[in-house]
Amino acid sequence: MDVLLEIFKGILEQGLIYSIMALGVYISYHILEFPDLSVDGTFPFGAAVTAMLLLKGVNPWLACLAAAACGAAAGLVTGLLHVRLKITDLLSGILTMTGLWSVNLAIAKTSLLSTFGTDTIFNSGLITLLPESLASWYVLIVVFVLAMLMKLLLDWYLRTKSGMLLRAVGDNAQLVTSLAKNAGSVKILGLVIGNGFTAFAGAVLCQQQKFFDVNMGTGMMVMGLASVIIGMTLFRKISFLKTSTMVVLGAIFYKACLSAALNLGFNPNYLKLIMTVIFTVALVANNITKKREGGSGRHGYAAAAKY
Amino acid sequence: MAMLQLQNIDMVFNPGTVNEAAIFRGFELGIEKGQFVSVVGSNGSGKTTLLNLICGNLNPTKGDIVLEGKSILKMAEHQRARFIGRVFQDPGKGTSPSMTILENMALADNKGKAYNLTRGVNKKRREDYRAQLEQLQLGLEDKLDVQVGSLSGGQRQALSLLICTMSPIQLLILDEHTAALDPKTSENIMILTDKLVREKGLTTLMVTHNLRFAVQYGNRLIMMDKGKAIIDAADDAKKALEIQDLVKTFSEISIEMGN
Repeated sequence: MDVLLEIFKGILEQGLIYSIMALGVYISYHILEFPDLSVDGTFPFGAAVTAMLLLKGVNPWLACLAAAACGAAAGLVTGLLHVRLKITDLLSGILTMTGLWSVNLAIAKTSLLSTFGTDTIFNSGLITLLPESLASWYVLIVVFVLAMLMKLLLDWYLRTKSGMLLRAVGDNAQLVTSLAKNAGSVKILGLVIGNGFTAFAGAVLCQQQKFFDVNMGTGMMVMGLASVIIGMTLFRKISFLKTSTMVVLGAIFYKACLSAALNLGFNPNYLKLIMTVIFTVALVANNITKKREGGSGRHGYAAAAKY
Repeated sequence: MAMLQLQNIDMVFNPGTVNEAAIFRGFELGIEKGQFVSVVGSNGSGKTTLLNLICGNLNPTKGDIVLEGKSILKMAEHQRARFIGRVFQDPGKGTSPSMTILENMALADNKGKAYNLTRGVNKKRREDYRAQLEQLQLGLEDKLDVQVGSLSGGQRQALSLLICTMSPIQLLILDEHTAALDPKTSENIMILTDKLVREKGLTTLMVTHNLRFAVQYGNRLIMMDKGKAIIDAADDAKKALEIQDLVKTFSEISIEMGN
């Protein structure tokens, strides 16, 4: 029983951390329709910045914010490459991602940097006011609160004037131009926010696992995308759920699938293969439901977003 | 002085190559305040190029474009959109399909102001939006919370027109805005267009392939051919124009063009 509980806790912890990244991918991929591969670079970027700052004794919450700001700056680079220098969306992301690899190594000065023994958001500050007996739940409590905060922040933003303009630009860039706004700048803003979320998730994961690994970004884009699509396919029948909630649930579900596969005895070397299979199944399932319902979702999946 | 002036415009595509194509050479056009101008002409006559030049999608090879005494040549498309509204042929281009009618109207209502972190939809404006939608007589006032993507092409185009004219503009550009609609819906959209243009006293430039609309609506008619206005009739001269005359001239230029 305890083992099962531990597995569930692990799934929720991991799923909630990655859900913050999935919210970032939701912004770039779903709202902006921008397949942003810089995510694979900004996620470890957030972790590298955090690891470096934690080892310098910086407050772990400040480290998270700094990481988010660095991720946002990386998003700005991708946006400028695409909008101002007219490089295609895919290539812009790849360029940022590739460049960040070296940046991450330069920050961490090694490909694997342990932060063991430093203060983290899970063992210092407010959370320590909770009774000691809950210590094993600290991580889950903190990541749950963080994921919810980020989700609510995004929900709130998407209903502001600025957020509505962001939704409009992915939908119909011409409309934004007609509203006398520079559609390119709005796109850049979206990439800034999306990558800020992603780097923030990287910062949280770094503090939870207590190390930075230069490889930790590999496959993040696929994982984020899978979470978005699984979430929106699986939960869209539940009409009171906002899309952002579906994305968070999708990330948890995705982690659960991976965890189940590993616990069933699959070789961890096949992890990425398993990820691909889960993702493919989600896409196919989504296409089938789409066909059945005659939907014409503009993203290749049936669900319409609810903000 | 005319409100909008195109002065000595040259528009040459691919200059200096074998594909060089001059659409305009020394083209001049002036539109007076309050005029409703219909522009007709065959494909390749320069109608769409004309609109693209005014709206800023294209920059002329030579010449100047002056609106209310100021050159707008250096302005980007979105900067010109402050005072030039445009409705496109594709009804999808004027609205955001994943947003509700209410959200679309709220977005347009804010044009010219900052898109900041305050609430996007002002609930107090709801009744006002309803009243505006009622004018369309399409029942959209009861669908404020419906996603625009689920509306018909005609409904979307009517909404596009409304949205485009919500905030004050100096010039309304109609870019074959009824061409993608069925005949009955086209008719309705034209009636609505005329109503809005009159009510708001908008200076309007409408490109259309529908000769009857061009004759029936507006107070000036221009027929374009090879980058020149071969017919340009305003007010009484326009009223005297018969659709048969237009069809005749139009057939002549079309035959020349090999269409």
